[in-house]
Amino acid sequence: MSVTGVNWLKYSSPQAFYPLAGRMIPWCAAAASVVMGVGLYIGFFVAPTDFQQGEAYRIIFVHVPAAWMSMFLYVVMAVWAGLGLGLNARLSFMMAQAIAPTGAMFTFLALLTGAMWGKPTWGAWWVWDARLTSELILLFQYAGVMLLRTSIDDLRRADRASAVFALVGVVNVPIIYFSVRWWNTLHQGASVSMTAGSKMAATMLTAMLLMTVGFWMYSIAVTLARVRCVMVEREQLPAWSKQSPMPDVAEAR
Amino acid sequence: MNQPSMFEALRGIIQRDLLLAMRRRSDVAMSVFFLVIVASLFPLGVGPEPTVLRTIAPGVLWVAALLACLLSLGRVFTADYLDGVLEQMLLVSQPLAVLVVGKVFAHWVISGLPVVLLSPLLGLQFGLSGESLGVLVLSLLLGTPTLSMIGGIGAALVLGVRGSGLLVALLVLPLYVPVLIFGAGAVTSSSAGIGGEANLSLLGACLVLSLFFAPWATAAALRIALE
Repeated sequence: MSVTGVNWLKYSSPQAFYPLAGRMIPWCAAAASVVMGVGLYIGFFVAPTDFQQGEAYRIIFVHVPAAWMSMFLYVVMAVWAGLGLGLNARLSFMMAQAIAPTGAMFTFLALLTGAMWGKPTWGAWWVWDARLTSELILLFQYAGVMLLRTSIDDLRRADRASAVFALVGVVNVPIIYFSVRWWNTLHQGASVSMTAGSKMAATMLTAMLLMTVGFWMYSIAVTLARVRCVMVEREQLPAWSKQSPMPDVAEAR
Repeated sequence: MNQPSMFEALRGIIQRDLLLAMRRRSDVAMSVFFLVIVASLFPLGVGPEPTVLRTIAPGVLWVAALLACLLSLGRVFTADYLDGVLEQMLLVSQPLAVLVVGKVFAHWVISGLPVVLLSPLLGLQFGLSGESLGVLVLSLLLGTPTLSMIGGIGAALVLGVRGSGLLVALLVLPLYVPVLIFGAGAVTSSSAGIGGEANLSLLGACLVLSLFFAPWATAAALRIALE
């Protein structure tokens, strides 16, 4: 596929996007498993043991990327929702719908791994700290977006109402991100920053960034697979979905 | 025919909603009684230890105020939605967001203001000191309009949806959390002797932000609900 001369707007129609997504899923899934495999290997076997926290710190290679993805996916979902409201594009709403469960999963994963890290390090599964609380609210917001969508029977209204709610909830994302800077709380400050460089060993940073890329690829693959299901569900198995090389269409119903 | 100005339209909406509420006073009384009962349950459940009550008072009173606001959210738009008045409001030449401000303000006068006025009495039940009582009233005065503004968005989103009473709670309560933290925090820090100014300023900031953004979101949600 040549980069020049491609009419990208063509892919804003579900009909054109469906096969494209089908072609992208295997590549993203393969990239996700390779990068996550390498990242986990470096994180668990190559990176040095932390002199204060021992081996328990290694869960950050899942925790930090998951927390990043939980916020990032919320913003991406809100952007798709906003595009859908502004341009009245069906595919944008479908993408927003497809991203929400993955974002909620990463939010839950971040909270879960955080609790598993907190027990040996802080001595408590959970503390009512600003960052933990705001991340929990993010989980509630993902749940709200999904519940609002499923409660409204009219598809068009469900799309648009959950889009408005997703956009309203965006105010929480900067609150989570800056909570450790604004409030002096138990959760440590950012160890990785764009401006000041990172405060950790290079191998640790490599593992963390690899895991982030891996999670990113995973999110793309899963979202595309889910958006195909959403399309099939909404379009009631149109003829063109059967021309796809992916065999999972029939099972998606 | 003369077009009413934006201010006249706003005043008209507020007058109408307040008049309607006055014709059904039991609705107003219900959320007030709810607040009193919820706040009275805690000393019965936790035990009458004065130091414990004084510690939990800000949180309990704020949560009770929040729930009282939540329970009355269904009344903001539902009646107008059912009898078609809301559709007429969409057709008026005045911006919908202005009419929304009027309706939400009326909701605050009906459900928020009684809470503010009643709060010193409930605070006394929990043994709060004079200064803390003042901060409690001030924090509720700044915070409850924000609750009404945010609640308006939720109420508009779930208009006419099945199970809307529960759904609006799930949507709105997470968004209420910052107001709850700052509001209860102001009273707590005032009781602790460090003054509640910082938290009160943050409450004021929340109010300004919600006054600016919430009417647009609510108007958008109403348009979606009525198309």
